[in-house]
Amino acid sequence: MVFGKLIRGLAKTRDSLVGGLRRLVGRGPLDADTLDQMEELLYTSDLGPAAGQLMDSIREANRKGILKEGEQVEPFVRETLLEIMGEASLPLVIGEKPHVILVCGVNGSGKTTSIAKLSKLLLAEGHSVMLAACDTFRAAAVEQLTIWADRLDIRIVKRNTGADPSGLAFDAADAAAKEGIDVLIVDTAGRLHTQKNLMAELEKICRVLGRRIEGAPHEILLILDGTTGQNAITQAREFRESVNVTSLMVSKLDGTARGGAIVSIREQLGLPVTYIGVGEAADDIERFDPDSFVDALFTAE
Amino acid sequence: MFESLSQRLSKVFSGLTGRGRLTEGNIEEGLAEVRAALLEADVHFRVAKDLIDRVKAKAVGTEVVESVSAGQMLVKLFHDELVEMMAPSEEEGSEPISFATARPTVILMAGLQGSGKTTSTAKLAVHLRDTRKRKPLLVAADIQRPAAVEQLRQLGAANDLPVFHVAGEPPEALARLALAEALRTGRDTVMVDTAGRLHIDEALMEELGRIRSSVTPDTTFLVCDAMTGQDAVRSATAFRDVLPLDGVILTKLDGDSRGGAALSVRHVTGTPVRYVGVGEKVADLQPFHADRLVGRLLGMGDVVSLVEKAQEVVDEKEAEDQMKRMMSDRFTLDDFLKQLRAIRKMGSLGDLMGHLPGVPAGLTDQIDEKALHRTEAVVLSMTPAERRRPEMIDPGRKRRIARGSGTAVDVVSKMLKQFEQMRKMMKQMKKGGLFSRLKGAFGGGGGMGLGDMPDMEGMLPGGPEGASSGGRSVPRQDADARRKNRKAERKRRKQGRRRR
Ligand SMILES: Nc1nc2c(ncn2[C@@H]2O[C@H](COP(=O)(O)OP(=O)(O)OP(=O)(O)O)[C@@H](O)[C@H]2O)c(=O)[nH]1
Ligand SMILES: Nc1nc2c(ncn2[C@@H]2O[C@H](COP(=O)(O)OP(=O)(O)O)[C@@H](O)[C@H]2O)c(=O)[nH]1
Ligand SMILES: [Mg+2]
Ligand SMILES: [Mg+2]
Repeated sequence: MVFGKLIRGLAKTRDSLVGGLRRLVGRGPLDADTLDQMEELLYTSDLGPAAGQLMDSIREANRKGILKEGEQVEPFVRETLLEIMGEASLPLVIGEKPHVILVCGVNGSGKTTSIAKLSKLLLAEGHSVMLAACDTFRAAAVEQLTIWADRLDIRIVKRNTGADPSGLAFDAADAAAKEGIDVLIVDTAGRLHTQKNLMAELEKICRVLGRRIEGAPHEILLILDGTTGQNAITQAREFRESVNVTSLMVSKLDGTARGGAIVSIREQLGLPVTYIGVGEAADDIERFDPDSFVDALFTAE
Repeated sequence: MFESLSQRLSKVFSGLTGRGRLTEGNIEEGLAEVRAALLEADVHFRVAKDLIDRVKAKAVGTEVVESVSAGQMLVKLFHDELVEMMAPSEEEGSEPISFATARPTVILMAGLQGSGKTTSTAKLAVHLRDTRKRKPLLVAADIQRPAAVEQLRQLGAANDLPVFHVAGEPPEALARLALAEALRTGRDTVMVDTAGRLHIDEALMEELGRIRSSVTPDTTFLVCDAMTGQDAVRSATAFRDVLPLDGVILTKLDGDSRGGAALSVRHVTGTPVRYVGVGEKVADLQPFHADRLVGRLLGMGDVVSLVEKAQEVVDEKEAEDQMKRMMSDRFTLDDFLKQLRAIRKMGSLGDLMGHLPGVPAGLTDQIDEKALHRTEAVVLSMTPAERRRPEMIDPGRKRRIARGSGTAVDVVSKMLKQFEQMRKMMKQMKKGGLFSRLKGAFGGGGGMGLGDMPDMEGMLPGGPEGASSGGRSVPRQDADARRKNRKAERKRRKQGRRRR
């Protein structure tokens, strides 16, 4: 268990406090105030039950005499979280071409905008990019993606609203293969994981892509809204259950939300977070960095 | 690696069985349990604390009726407190919108990115037109998000509602111009859809202030995603600071989030929730019911909504009785038959059951007209005793029933299995949720049927009690069932029906 290992390894972390950040916990012996403060900080960052677990392990370490000083609490929590979050994950690696990336998520989570952001990154790396407007359900979803494609000057494969998304996915895969495109990014309609028929539709899109391009989709990116609370965990679990989600991107982290639910996601499902969204423009994308993520939890805005 | 909350809690409470009343000693642990449930439902940390303190003050010194367990008592106290808090006060009244008399009414929609403003604008416009005889004019004042204007235009066109927009104008001018346009064209309700914005985006927050001063909205709604976490408190407070908020529209309640953010927003901004969004279609807007949200939040499921939807076609008393029977062990094949008939009237049970988070879809999807007739024939060929106690149906009886109904033995078996499945699911729903956790914690008399809990009766006005929306406590489908569901899905889609 990570916590146990950390308790043993705590001596190492004693002095590992990153400088320059606001200290949230008091000096002197570990007291109830410090614990309360830490508890509030963790819960209000959407860590949910993980916050309770962390607090339990702090108390346990305190009982065992390993954690005695108030100022040890923050490094302890930091290290634990870093251990859970693991190394910074690799960015999207473009393998065989066309490399197909399917983007999915619940309604309004930021899929379409994230696609614009990813496209911009990939273009900057010298890849050719094509978009598939497979959200044929929501009003003006096709127009929205088209505007992005125009802005970025990339090809988009689309049909009218109401068209069959998997048929369109096949066409797009076909076009990407024929035209020798490096990366095909497939936008999909927002869907709640509780809607079985829509989840089945998503599975079908994946199957159809694989029928035209072997191994496609090579990457299935789940977009989570950073302001979402504990439901994010269920979303990740259910989407992965349905399609083989390979990584996560967390949007809207430019606000005051901390996106702490990804701790449990990482912990329970092992899914890596590759990118985060930090605004509405195509440039507003960053690689996910566990250190900064944990720092942000401890930084008062 | 993290133990599930319920595991952890059941361990905490393992030594605490057999207590029948609130005592100084057990209330703390019970409260910790409730607190965990609230936090798990995304209620803000401080709001949860406030609530606990308040209920604690009430609970201590409250006399516990002999036959009621401490757990039940505590749940009831919380339920009542939360319903009181969420329901509009007398002063706020039951009318969500203040209509202007001297000029067109202006309704402003605000909220974070992707919360559902545009969709809700269209939903509310259709609702006001169809139920209140209003003549809405939609104003596309989101000039940020690509194709946002087009989105509202398409929604307007699809629903026969005029949409106003002038390219190049800032939102405050659009709102003002729209008001003039409404006066000119005889529209009496101007509904302004705005761009999503983060509460810390000063420029965009100021823009809201400018829209406000340009048209002085009669009613301003904050559109809030039900899945929002702890940050709801910060964002809602910031919106309230630039705009006087009159109501909250809580969207995406068709998912399985507990919706605790609504509680936080209500608590810190004092703004009542007025409508809930339960789907992407314009018809998917409903008036807010405090007791349902609280039931959902405490893990009791949205049973009342289910019952109500059923009421549209079945008469009220009967629906209520049926739900109660469904949840009890008395659910018989006669009831099953009645239900199947009602379902036929109602369309798809899948849709209906979607209201209960965690219910496996596809369970009843296969029901079609022919199957229904067959089932009817099968049940009618059973003796009254067999209908009451299907477990007595042995192979011999099965053969008789198959003959009587002109079907085959495996049809009879399949139907019985389906029925058993349904019965089991109902039992599971009854078992899960906060209520049972507390019951476990306080040892509230094992094996208690719902009918034995008179005190729960008042907790869910108009409906039966005790279903769970907790993802954990509902049986997960095995791979087989999922595959079957998918197959059913495919079949359904082939038939050209896309239910959204
Ligand atoms: N502040 C901020 N806003 C974002 C971010 N990502 C997306 N948005 C905004 O969130 C809203 C929804 O984004 P979309 O990209 O349309 O989301 P979607 O998941 O495609 O939505 P649907 O297709 O309707 O389900 C838009 O207003 C975006 O501009 C982000 O990282 N930060
Ligand atoms: N499932 C579900 N989806 C919704 C609901 N309300 C809005 N949506 C979807 O959420 C997404 C964002 O909605 P939109 O109205 O564009 O949000 P806006 O950015 O705030 O204007 C769209 O995909 C909508 O179809 C709801 O109540 N339930
Ligand atoms: Mg989209
Ligand atoms: Mg909008």
